[in-house]
Amino acid sequence: MFRKVLFLLLVLALGASIVSAQDAVSLIYLVDESQNSQDVAKALAEAYMAMHPNVTITIESRPGGTEGDNIVKTRLATGDMADIFFYNSGSLLQALNPTQTLVDLSEQPFIENIVESFLPTVSQNGGIFGVPTGTGMGGGILYNKAVYEELGLSVPTTWEEFAANNEAILAAGIAPVLATFGDTWTSQLFVLADYHNVAQAVPGFAELYTSNQAKYADTPAALAGFAYLQQGYEAGWWQQDFATTRFEPGLALLANGDVAHYPMLTFALSTIAANFPDQINDIGFFAQPGSDSETNGVTVWMPAGTYIPQTTTGAKLDAALGFLGFIASVEGADAQTAAVTPNGPYLVKGASLPDDVLPAVKDLAAYLDAGQSSPALEFVSPIKGPNLEQLCVAVATGQMSAEEAAANYDLDVERQAQQLGLPGWD
Amino acid sequence: MYPRWFYIPAAIVFSVFFLAPTVLSFYFSLTRWTLFDATFIGFDNYERFFADPQLTAGLRNTFIYAVLTSGLKVIIALPLAVLLTSSIRMKALFRGIIFFPVLVSTVAVGITFGALMQPSVGLINTVLGALGLGKPDWLGNPGLALFSVAFVDVWKGIGIAMVIFIAGILSIPLDYFDAAMIEGGTWVKFRHVILPLARNASFTVIILSFIGGLRTFDLIWTMTRGGPGFASDVLTSVIYKQYQAGFYGLSTAGNVILFILVTIIVYPLMRFFNRRELEL
Repeated sequence: MFRKVLFLLLVLALGASIVSAQDAVSLIYLVDESQNSQDVAKALAEAYMAMHPNVTITIESRPGGTEGDNIVKTRLATGDMADIFFYNSGSLLQALNPTQTLVDLSEQPFIENIVESFLPTVSQNGGIFGVPTGTGMGGGILYNKAVYEELGLSVPTTWEEFAANNEAILAAGIAPVLATFGDTWTSQLFVLADYHNVAQAVPGFAELYTSNQAKYADTPAALAGFAYLQQGYEAGWWQQDFATTRFEPGLALLANGDVAHYPMLTFALSTIAANFPDQINDIGFFAQPGSDSETNGVTVWMPAGTYIPQTTTGAKLDAALGFLGFIASVEGADAQTAAVTPNGPYLVKGASLPDDVLPAVKDLAAYLDAGQSSPALEFVSPIKGPNLEQLCVAVATGQMSAEEAAANYDLDVERQAQQLGLPGWD
Repeated sequence: MYPRWFYIPAAIVFSVFFLAPTVLSFYFSLTRWTLFDATFIGFDNYERFFADPQLTAGLRNTFIYAVLTSGLKVIIALPLAVLLTSSIRMKALFRGIIFFPVLVSTVAVGITFGALMQPSVGLINTVLGALGLGKPDWLGNPGLALFSVAFVDVWKGIGIAMVIFIAGILSIPLDYFDAAMIEGGTWVKFRHVILPLARNASFTVIILSFIGGLRTFDLIWTMTRGGPGFASDVLTSVIYKQYQAGFYGLSTAGNVILFILVTIIVYPLMRFFNRRELEL
């Protein structure tokens, strides 16, 4: 008798687990720990789960920056990756060797919904590996409009005008430019956000650079970004404690008008909006000024992507593809807008920004609508040297000249190109 | 004498966890390695490492750091040990206070001192400011950053050095002290008894802290990340940055260089000190 009952119970338990396994799928979504990425991932997952009660998406977080890059690389190399994961598009993705490690999405119907300019940043050898997650961003100068009004300044379109504004701001006792070298990655914007100006001055720079025919050190337009950092240091544009100030405390200085400008990506806006809701409308955005006001425009960063590793199979793969399809849809974009203040345009066809979007995002959208934009170099070339941030800090703290830093950066880039096995670098 | 099979378990553990990784890292240092595949490129990684201006700066900083920290630890810990083995009151309490930093996690120390050394609102500069002194940017000034970290390293490591010296001093037979006191008092006691007879302790402190200084990483990384720019980069932080950048072969070559460097510096030192020991 006892055995019979036990047997019956066993059969029941087995049957139940088979039934539930067919229905319920749970996915783990690996996302970097920045507030913005977490919020975006959470908004997407919750909206998707509300529509598909049988799917559970759990968010797992990892560190950002190069430390996180290594975690992703190591987990992929050891076959231990989460079911889906969030990661940069562009040059960083190339280092993951996507053809060997990620699921090719090029046959999926939802690829149709993605804005074409995003696709090259998640492609390798004809395969497409990710869907845009979050919004695109502008790289340029965030500025405090209250300071501009008080001093009667206008938005500069050339570097000379920008320098003149800075002198006026300095004379008024306000620090002209925010430098947050405590977080070294923030130091690179003068160089990276200048890329639209570089591309205007030297058409085809990205191709020449990728094939080892153009260098930062001997291309004056490219060298300019480093020279700006040197000029900023020598002219005393940075605020007090610039060598150790960190990103978030720095944003407070900008929001409160203690500094006037911050060379940064527009993704900083959502942090300002969260920490200083009263001051966010004082923050505007303009493209990094260059040598020519006619061709001045904004350098655009593509959003990160969501990818599926080849280790995800079966029912999990189907559920993951469903979720990626949702991310690449207008509903997915709307779900994000409802939860997270957009920092720029979505890369999904038909997705629009709400009317009450942040003023700085409107400033950015104006450049995009006018066609005055280029994708950042790291999205049109697979190479970006990893030491750029330290080199920028070295120039901006007066330890190195612009020329020295550019030459050093070219060495750094060479190493990266060789590591990726690009033709023309051996 | 044990039977042969008795050694097998230890031999397996040693080969799997120590020997194999060492040999493998020698191999991978000769390749361009993406974690997915490795291409053999001979000594290119080493050439690159030595051609890199960062490495030369990192190497110089490593030596400055190792010499400075091991030297200061000896100079400060020896008098402290002498004082705290004499017959002063509350010496157990003082020993405890000096030893305390050893017990704290290095990362916690790094973060705490990072905050204390903040240039305008940090505690150190607030005190200096109140005394009417200057307010140096301890970690942001390229000329100062390495020395600020070295200072914290000395503060944290002095307890261990002191304990080793105390052990050395306490192992000296008391008759020598009695004789020295009759001969000429405290200075004679220090110069002719403690200094020569606690020599082994000094050698231990110097070698341990020198190796520690060459291999230092956690404190530098938490306090400055080798910055500003490359101003406080040491060999290990350069290696770590290469690893972070995804240059795994290059980074492994850096580790092999560190291994060889520590060996060629420390091995002769040990030989030298051990010979002196025999002469005693």
